[in-house]
Amino acid sequence: MKALRQTLSRWMLAGGAWCATALAFAAPPVNDLPGGPAVNQLDLHPPVTAIAAEQRWLHYFVLFICLVIFIGVFAVMFYSIFKHRKSRGAKAANFHESTTVEIIWTVIPFLIVIFMALPATKAVVAMKDTSASDITIKATGVQWKWGYDYLKGEGEGINFVSTLDVTHREMSDAGQPKGDDYLLRVDNPLIVPVNKKIRIITTASDVIHAWMVPAFGVKQDAIPGFVRDTWFRAEKTGDFYGQCAELCGKEHAYMPIHVKVLSAEQYTAWVDGEKKKLAAKADDPNKLWSLPELVARGEKVYNANCVQCHQASGKGGGPVKALDGSSVVQDADKTKALAVILKGTDKGMPSWAAMSDTEIAAVTTFTKNHWSNATGQVVQPTEVAAARK
Amino acid sequence: MSAVLPHPADHGHDHAHDHPHGWRRWLYATNHKDIGTMYLLFSFAMFIFGGILALGIRAELFQPGLQIVNPHLFNQLTTMHGIIMVFGAIMPAFVGFANWMVPLQIGASDMAFARMNNFSFWLLIPAALMIVISFFMPGGAPAAGWTIYAPLTLQMGPSMDAAIFALHIMGASSIMGSINIIVTILNMRAPGMTLMKMPLFCWTWLITAYLLIAVMPVLAGAITMTLTDRHFGTSFFNPAGGGDPVMYQHIFWFFGHPEVYIMILPAFGIISAIVPAFARKRLFGYTSMVYATASIAILSFIVWAHHMFTTGMPVTGQLFFMYATMLIAVPTGVKIFNWVATMWRGSMTFETPMLFAVGFIFVFTIGGFTGLILAMAPIDIQLQDTYYVVAHFHYVLVAGSLFALFGGVYYWGPKWTGVMYDESRGKIHFWGSIIFFNVTFFPMHFLGLAGMPRRYADYPLQFTDFNVVASVGALGFGLMQVYFFLMVVLPMMRGRGAPAPQQPWEGAEGLEWEIPSPAPYHTFETPPRLNATATKVIGASATAAPHHA
Repeated sequence: MKALRQTLSRWMLAGGAWCATALAFAAPPVNDLPGGPAVNQLDLHPPVTAIAAEQRWLHYFVLFICLVIFIGVFAVMFYSIFKHRKSRGAKAANFHESTTVEIIWTVIPFLIVIFMALPATKAVVAMKDTSASDITIKATGVQWKWGYDYLKGEGEGINFVSTLDVTHREMSDAGQPKGDDYLLRVDNPLIVPVNKKIRIITTASDVIHAWMVPAFGVKQDAIPGFVRDTWFRAEKTGDFYGQCAELCGKEHAYMPIHVKVLSAEQYTAWVDGEKKKLAAKADDPNKLWSLPELVARGEKVYNANCVQCHQASGKGGGPVKALDGSSVVQDADKTKALAVILKGTDKGMPSWAAMSDTEIAAVTTFTKNHWSNATGQVVQPTEVAAARK
Repeated sequence: MSAVLPHPADHGHDHAHDHPHGWRRWLYATNHKDIGTMYLLFSFAMFIFGGILALGIRAELFQPGLQIVNPHLFNQLTTMHGIIMVFGAIMPAFVGFANWMVPLQIGASDMAFARMNNFSFWLLIPAALMIVISFFMPGGAPAAGWTIYAPLTLQMGPSMDAAIFALHIMGASSIMGSINIIVTILNMRAPGMTLMKMPLFCWTWLITAYLLIAVMPVLAGAITMTLTDRHFGTSFFNPAGGGDPVMYQHIFWFFGHPEVYIMILPAFGIISAIVPAFARKRLFGYTSMVYATASIAILSFIVWAHHMFTTGMPVTGQLFFMYATMLIAVPTGVKIFNWVATMWRGSMTFETPMLFAVGFIFVFTIGGFTGLILAMAPIDIQLQDTYYVVAHFHYVLVAGSLFALFGGVYYWGPKWTGVMYDESRGKIHFWGSIIFFNVTFFPMHFLGLAGMPRRYADYPLQFTDFNVVASVGALGFGLMQVYFFLMVVLPMMRGRGAPAPQQPWEGAEGLEWEIPSPAPYHTFETPPRLNATATKVIGASATAAPHHA
């Protein structure tokens, strides 16, 4: 027994030392992220909207009531545990069944619950009031990115896709994460003006996702085939972060939400810039491109849309087919590769028909002339247009 | 009733001395004690398997970045951990307790339907095998969460179908077990054991059994529709064909919320047996405990959509489900108050069963309070699908159901095996479990408040420290359960240890303490005569127990 005890204590010492080492060395350096999580944050995010402030107040309110009851009940229990124990000579009393007592401790909690429900009711009603918004934006959850369409208000017509920064996904795979905004940095943040009521309409194109920004007190499932809405009115400018909050498959942890709140003037300037870019981006579908031009453009398209599954190496992985060395990609009949991109496959490749002819031409040309695929084939936008028919 | 009752009694006399031995004893088992033992061992095996999956999860989350598993395997681990712990560990463990204790507590000779009892146990084995094998099927195990939400289920591989089939089988097993328990309790009580004199464990199981019969078919419906959506072109939940994924959630949680109470009500029953025994004082409010249990069961049917506040319900829907959910705090509070009042001015000792009972009351109450906080729809919007929820349901399921089960094993184990466990080992198990439990799950409240979503294989660096603490705690908690098996369960099963007296606990009351330890193979073959409170056998008929297995 003594030997066992010694072994046990040695093990526990070793375990303790190991934990301490792990704590001291393993954690990469990190600072608070304003608008995102703070290091070892203990509470809800600092509120940036009235709703989030209301939620935080409600949480304190309920937590306080719970703590008071908790302390009261367990003061009694632990007093009893220390006083009414046999080893202290306590003799068991013989009282039981008191309807009066039972009624008292049924009615009082009932009243407390009503007391708690009243302010909560007010908050629910306020949260659900999405009417009279200044700007309406549709957030579409797609495995595993967010699409944003500005439907109404200043900026109407702008749309873009917001994806996790590729380097963060690579850091994750390598097991070597770095940075205060690790897993939260996206290529295109959602831009909104300060002090305006923003209505977010959520939907999804494949499975259920959830659009959440803790600092705004907003979380709304994005459900395929259905449209739901929520709203916020940010009272501060700055960057605010959230993550997808409904299990949506393999890359669930890798589709963050980044909202940049700008002043009214900055927002107007941003909208003007986007409108100009939109006009410039509208490529002439009849333009004939050179091979290097198309490859350069196609690389951008590939990195924005394809790299998550097919990988930078073009090797794919798991159910995702390799592009490097693929007979379909290398086939002299260009319509074969185009058909896959435009229609998708029943094995999981989605249809990319929503991209413009130029983008599809570029990315197809890129894949036909990258890695070991040196076909020299050029796919022009006009050929894509023909393949669509 | 008269047509049913004499039959098992006749049977017992015929075969009392020649029950099968060797493997036949177990495969053909019709004895409630043998079947109870098998249920308990099965559930412990699944508990260890589910625990290993949990340690896989915690190992991956020990550090940010992916080190051990890829995200797809990670989702398989969380999904299967949940399914196995709910359907393979906690539920069968309580059925094992019911098999052992219900006949002993009501003075019945066995369960009402002995062969169906055998069948409902053995159905679990193929179901469990199918679930374990699913990890080796193409595409791996199901990875859509234990709630298997549509339409993510449509993207799963063939293992999803295996899991659906397994859930169907386990559901059938549960329903048969429930029918058995209900019929046993309603028809086979000894004369004088009126319903309102029945031990609370039987009461909570009676109510639980009705819940099971009510909701297991609902789950069966939901997963069958999932199956036909996957293979036969229906579109119940598939939005591509006009189906409604939210409808799946309504149906699932109409099962899922009563399911939560299925896993906690029998635990209340065990605690209600242990606390009076070690306080040496009667349960303060027996009647109100029965009513509180029934109220919780009824309320459990009208609160399901509090799991769905973020799906975008209308205002009235959110308000209704918020109010109804908050109401559950009232009967649950009544239970806590009654246990504390039972302890008050008792003469308490703190053997391991009592430690687990007090630990249960203390830690389960924390889980109850976080449940109340989550019930508030505006706060739930912040906390839904974060680690706060993970912390909450582990406080009620681990510190609730599991601790009650442990308490029950220490309390009734001497009766089952005829051997006392080693008290200091029991205490090590208790303190190790409750400390490591809190080290594991308490930091998750903070992670949830800070917005860390659940079911994430990787997380922002700000969440690192609490995840490290949780992972270290989980490893400790897992090792404590191995310790429990090796140092407590095994010695008792092998008969190593001090022989247990018929009545090992000074203050315990009930018919199970009127028979020798270990409980003879057949008990109460003739209905016992009971005293006025139905806690003691009058005359020598039961204690004599002439034959021993």
